Amino acid sequence: MSLPSPEVYIKKQIVAVQEYSILSATAISGIFTPPRYWADIFTQMDSIGVGSMPIIILTGFFTGCVLALQSVTALKEFGAVSMTGSLVALSMVKELGPVLTGLMISGRNAAGMASELGSMKVTEQLDAMRALGTDPIRKLVTPRLIATVFMLFFLTIIADAFGIAGGALVSVYLLGLNASSYLHTSYRSLVYGDVVQGLTKPLFSGFIIATVGCYFGMKTTGGTQGVGRATTQAVVVSSVLIIVVDLLVTRAMIGIFGS
Amino acid sequence: MPEATLSPGAQTVDPPDDKTPVVEFNDVSITFDVKPVLQNISFSVDRGQTLILLGPAGTGKSVLLKLANGLLGPDSGSIRIFGQEITTMPERDLYKLRARIGMVFQESALFDSLNVEDNVAYRLHEEGVPEAEARARVVEALKFVELEQTIDKYPSELSGGMRRRVSIARAIITGPDLILYDSPTGGLDPITSTTIMELVMKQRDVSHTTSLLVTHRLQDAFILATHRFDAAAGMVELPKDGPNHGIDESTKFLILNEGSIVFHGSTEELVHSTDPWIQRFLE
Repeated sequence: MSLPSPEVYIKKQIVAVQEYSILSATAISGIFTPPRYWADIFTQMDSIGVGSMPIIILTGFFTGCVLALQSVTALKEFGAVSMTGSLVALSMVKELGPVLTGLMISGRNAAGMASELGSMKVTEQLDAMRALGTDPIRKLVTPRLIATVFMLFFLTIIADAFGIAGGALVSVYLLGLNASSYLHTSYRSLVYGDVVQGLTKPLFSGFIIATVGCYFGMKTTGGTQGVGRATTQAVVVSSVLIIVVDLLVTRAMIGIFGS
Repeated sequence: MPEATLSPGAQTVDPPDDKTPVVEFNDVSITFDVKPVLQNISFSVDRGQTLILLGPAGTGKSVLLKLANGLLGPDSGSIRIFGQEITTMPERDLYKLRARIGMVFQESALFDSLNVEDNVAYRLHEEGVPEAEARARVVEALKFVELEQTIDKYPSELSGGMRRRVSIARAIITGPDLILYDSPTGGLDPITSTTIMELVMKQRDVSHTTSLLVTHRLQDAFILATHRFDAAAGMVELPKDGPNHGIDESTKFLILNEGSIVFHGSTEELVHSTDPWIQRFLE
């Protein structure tokens, strides 16, 4: 297999960024202008939001449990075991809740979007949609974008809540901490800036998951093998972008709210 | 085959005395990556005419059809549909123009998540046609393709030939002024292919819709050129008398090879062509 020249490779990447930007801008403009496909939006909300609840609950819960177990070892050395609740709550709400929820939804839904739209592309269903007078971006991408951003926000809250609950369970039943003290320190340690930071991240992650998943799906070529390739690319690119954007949002939020 | 007629669609139909070609290609070329797919293609299709696109696999027949519907844009040249230049037309306006064009895709391209009724009524639903009227028109279109019993089924429950017939019903439900058939018999057995060609013929002879048909099966192309659908008898027949040995004058052939036109003319001209490549191709 011959390697492409650097010039061809760079041109391809620039074209890909341009196409992704156009798709994202068109999908956003679809939110504000008719026609709007409400039935598709609610179907996607059900699929992305309700359908992802079990994995988000399990991920959040067990992450909170592990966090409590791991942190208590370090906190013991400083005689600060009572701060376990604070550490779990801050970690879950500011960082682990939003990022892990984003990564889990990326694995489940960016992959789903890429494979579904990719299959439609290779079987000419996207062309058929255009031939029947419907813009596939408005019909397929915009509803997924709205549904992912909206539902990821609430899924993150659920992950945070179950993470704190998981930490509480471990702290009380395995580490022998006082339940009231755990919940009190958790509650007291969280300030307005932490919650805003934690709930801003899923808005960006949701946008990345929907647009990247749909972009790779709509650019699929090469039959069923191409669908598999598009699915893998969608998960890899959206996961990496979620982590990169997480860093940028964290820095921006520290700049706004401090610490 | 029972007689059936379709109610005209909601779209505006040009006056019958309009002599503007329905499809007009002028010096159209398109290249994918570095490979030229179509080069300097020029032809036109008049109102009521059926143009059969023939040629070996990979010569750009399906690409030409997608260009005609604005699904692809050419690198150079001009394409006029109903007299309107579509190469510079914004996508938003193309969606309106496509309301007058029906297209049957190579692999049917039915939406997997919708049942037959919703697939066939897709355009009606998009246009906001009331549910009762849409259902009645779906039943009418499905009767035309003799598949009214499949109305509640999903595409995965249908055979390849049935999917192709549903695809035809979806294309004709609005009474389009132009129909594009992309290999409607591709991958089907000879009996099913004949059924599909009879439907194409029926649409041509009952509604006199202008159409472009891509096929790689010569027998299908010649059946279409030599047979007629008798609306009164409700069946396909081989005309024995009439001018030009009963061959349909409105059905023309266009043969592509390696992205260029090698023949454009009537059935008679094709059969009597002395071009060695065409003779070999027909054999």
